[in-house]
Amino acid sequence: MEKIHISLKVNGERKEADVEPRMLLVHFIRDVLKLTGTHIGCDTNNCGACTVVLNGKAIKSCSVFAVQADGSELITIEGLSKEGKMHPIQEAFVEKFGLQCGYCTPGIIMTAYWFLNKNKDPTEEEIKQAISGNLCRCTGYTKIIEAIKYATQKLKTSF
Amino acid sequence: MFPSKFNYYAPQTIEDALNLLEKYADEAKILAGGQSLTILMKFRLVRPGYIIDINRIKSLEYIRKEGNELKIGALTRISDILESELINKEYPIIIDAAKTIADPLVRNLATIGGNICHGDPGNDLPAVMMVLNARYKIQSLNGVRYVQASEFNIDSFTVDLKPNEMLTEIIIPNLDNFSGASYIKVKRKDGDFAAAAVASYLSIDQNDKIKDVRIGLTSLGSKPFLVKIDVNFIGSKASDDVFKQISTISYESANPVSDIRASAEFKKKLAKFLTFLSLKLSLSRIKGF
Repeated sequence: MEKIHISLKVNGERKEADVEPRMLLVHFIRDVLKLTGTHIGCDTNNCGACTVVLNGKAIKSCSVFAVQADGSELITIEGLSKEGKMHPIQEAFVEKFGLQCGYCTPGIIMTAYWFLNKNKDPTEEEIKQAISGNLCRCTGYTKIIEAIKYATQKLKTSF
Repeated sequence: MFPSKFNYYAPQTIEDALNLLEKYADEAKILAGGQSLTILMKFRLVRPGYIIDINRIKSLEYIRKEGNELKIGALTRISDILESELINKEYPIIIDAAKTIADPLVRNLATIGGNICHGDPGNDLPAVMMVLNARYKIQSLNGVRYVQASEFNIDSFTVDLKPNEMLTEIIIPNLDNFSGASYIKVKRKDGDFAAAAVASYLSIDQNDKIKDVRIGLTSLGSKPFLVKIDVNFIGSKASDDVFKQISTISYESANPVSDIRASAEFKKKLAKFLTFLSLKLSLSRIKGF
């Protein structure tokens, strides 16, 4: 089949491209847009390394075709910092050492970005549930949870 | 991983989707949430020539009460079901099941229709729909037909849906003040399919005598199914003793296979144990404690 023209907003900027229908959104993000902060881990919809926010919801971009994102608003990890200043969630991960090897970090931060936007004051249990689709194979969950808790405090005071 | 090449259509209306299904029939596959299909395509376990992406058909996403029934559009996301006040208040059994499906990121895309039509014996919602006596609205260019949830699953990954047909709505009767239902699932970890899960529905009269009881099983056979309760419990008092007898029928009806999640015998024991627990929970929901 012919390539299909898609047009979407990525981190606030309009992007257009012709894509094969079978191209996955994660490959579009990494190989076409060259935004390589979004990672590929398991490639089978389990690990969450490819998490992005599509039309306001955190999803795994290895489970969606790029053509499905036509007309959508997409936010990737690159879209969080503003004018060279990190997002409060990113700062919280740095300050609390919410990472070990860092491979899962962009995905977990995107999940936290979506989750903390709808739940401003989560319990620890709610945080654990929220990140249950993101695997950290260093098993550094304790510091990740601490970082997300700290991020809720930062978000309250940053505006 | 890359799927095989396919032709892509994104119809805006049910009519357009049905026309495409009629045209491409066997070669086509409906793409809803894509949380199972896309992965199967990446593994090349399925290679549809035509993908009919129904995600643009916004009229398929709704949760509403109509008369004595709850109606859910087939494209409604599992995350929207979890956030529905109506379902949280009146159908806690659906919440029991929905919150155990995969993880929050998957649930943001996964749909109720996909969970029902995929036909995996481990899908959670079919057993729930069976005990709730739900029926499915199925459309094609030839018109509309309705199928009882309990009749819909034919075998592993095989449901009563012709290539030119599409599930569009799930219709669930109201639960009255004297009926309750629940779903309990045992899984190895968050996000996993059930090692075993049991749905129960219980209806009693003012004297706690059983008026109706239904048990549905997940991951306990080649398909989700309703347990045939051949002993007549109607008129018996809803009690631990009767619940134990029904649990034994679940144990005997379950026909699971051993796999990485558990041995067949352990799963059968889970069927028994979970049936008892689920009936207790359903009863406590009627009583309000």
